[in-house]
Amino acid sequence: MQLTNRAKKTDKSELSLFERSYLPSLATGLGITIKHFFQKKPTIEYPEQKRYLGPVFRGHHILKRDEEGRERCTACGLCAVACPAEAISMVAQERVKGEEHLYREEKYAAVYEINMLRCIFCGLCEEACPKQAVYLRHDKFVPVFTDRSDVIYGKDQLVEDMNHRYQRDAWTKEDAMKLWK
Amino acid sequence: MSSFVQWLTESMFLWKALIIIVIFAITLGIAAYSTWAERKVAAYIQDRRGPNRAGWGGLLQPLADAGKMFFKEDFIPAQADKWLFILGPCLSMFTALMSSAVVPFGNSFIIGGKEVFVQAIEINIGILYVFGVVSLGVYGVMIGGWASNNKFSLLGAIRAASQNISYELAMGMSIIAILMMSGTLSIREIVSQQHGGNWNIFYQPLGFLIFTVCAFAECNRTPFDLPECETELVGGYHTEYSSMKLGFYLFAEYINMFASSAVTACLFFGGYNYPGMDFVEAQLISALGANVGHNVATLVGIGSMFTKILFGIFFFMWVRWTVPRFRYDQLMNLGWKGLIPLAVANLVITAGAILSGYKLVGIWVGLALMVVLISVGWSIRPKKKNAILGA
Repeated sequence: MQLTNRAKKTDKSELSLFERSYLPSLATGLGITIKHFFQKKPTIEYPEQKRYLGPVFRGHHILKRDEEGRERCTACGLCAVACPAEAISMVAQERVKGEEHLYREEKYAAVYEINMLRCIFCGLCEEACPKQAVYLRHDKFVPVFTDRSDVIYGKDQLVEDMNHRYQRDAWTKEDAMKLWK
Repeated sequence: MSSFVQWLTESMFLWKALIIIVIFAITLGIAAYSTWAERKVAAYIQDRRGPNRAGWGGLLQPLADAGKMFFKEDFIPAQADKWLFILGPCLSMFTALMSSAVVPFGNSFIIGGKEVFVQAIEINIGILYVFGVVSLGVYGVMIGGWASNNKFSLLGAIRAASQNISYELAMGMSIIAILMMSGTLSIREIVSQQHGGNWNIFYQPLGFLIFTVCAFAECNRTPFDLPECETELVGGYHTEYSSMKLGFYLFAEYINMFASSAVTACLFFGGYNYPGMDFVEAQLISALGANVGHNVATLVGIGSMFTKILFGIFFFMWVRWTVPRFRYDQLMNLGWKGLIPLAVANLVITAGAILSGYKLVGIWVGLALMVVLISVGWSIRPKKKNAILGA
């Protein structure tokens, strides 16, 4: 019974003398390998060249500020709850008088840490955040660690720099390639 | 003292010593860069780039490898025979290095009115010497594998020994056909007889085929690398080896490749001869004078020799990354039932062609006749019932 016509009929007839001499198939094989030898290689030499990852790539985390430069995060902990790898931890603190220009909400994260060895870059924190505070950048990798003390990223590495604000733009391939230069 | 200096400069001693050292250095250099080339060729055939971090294009990779080898722990198993365990890789390396001593890499240099051959030693039994040394090479593998006191190593060593013995027969017989044509055992003489595009490959196509297959087997290269197959024997005879002892085994393989490419080039591809070399030499002599012209022409000849050798090494690698490993019974069948009868037939055909007086035509007619006879015999052979495929 034939279900599909994808099955390939094998030739089980006895080999001829010419075929048994092994030379014709050897020559064919050598032809194939030498063809590959001269083919263009698809390798992307990573640190020097970078692959186009698309505008929806999830890379380095960022804690956004609003237009006035105030941190958006209110330390609700929803990202930590959402995180399947349990990579996020934080310590909340109440905003005191005179800090209104620093924090948008009345409660803020005094400590916000992401363990980059645990993080799987799934983006669930980004989805859970009710304040649009945490994002995964599409233009920056988390670099390679060489020391255990480099693994946990604190607020100093995560909070947005007002001089270089992050925006998820570059929706065309050409624009996105420019970011990776 | 002054007479000693005079003796040194007048005798061949200094020049010979220089040539031996240079050939030794070139052998080691080519073998070292063969390891790099092997990775590159493998990578390119598999659509990769290969090592390219150490130095430009990975050119410092052999140094990095050697450094790694030296800093590995040099381990000798407690149950191994210590001295034989050390002797194995030494012997392997030693025989590999010796075999290129009689290979003429070029014609000759005329220095101070003396003709110095570009060859470590010119002996009139060069081929015999090569065969003697190459067959000694298997002792290195055998001793190393046996002394390891490990059953996989021993199996690998036994495989190496039986494989080398089987293939040496066919190899020797394919060379006897060449010796019958040239009438000499001296490699230099064989090479100079191929002068003027008169290469042995045109006279001995079958002999070349047999010789090449056997050379692959003698060098333990794929498809005949059964002594060191990882899948069945966990690495074969060098399972227990580490550090530079392992390095010596691996390095000896590359030196053997170089030596067998050199011998193949000498026996079948005219060694340092190249088409139009007389014209080039005449031009150089008329332009630069007799001595300098001759020396420069010799350099060009050395270039042609090394081109052939390097292509030979590339061919070794090309085949390695194309053909899968043989099964052991297939290997033995090919050796004993395929190559040895063919080599004998080749001998008979060559002898007949030499006697008939028409060497070139005679050999090709003889080979055609042999092919016809074999195919007739094949077509009228009694068919087995329920023949298993390929059995």
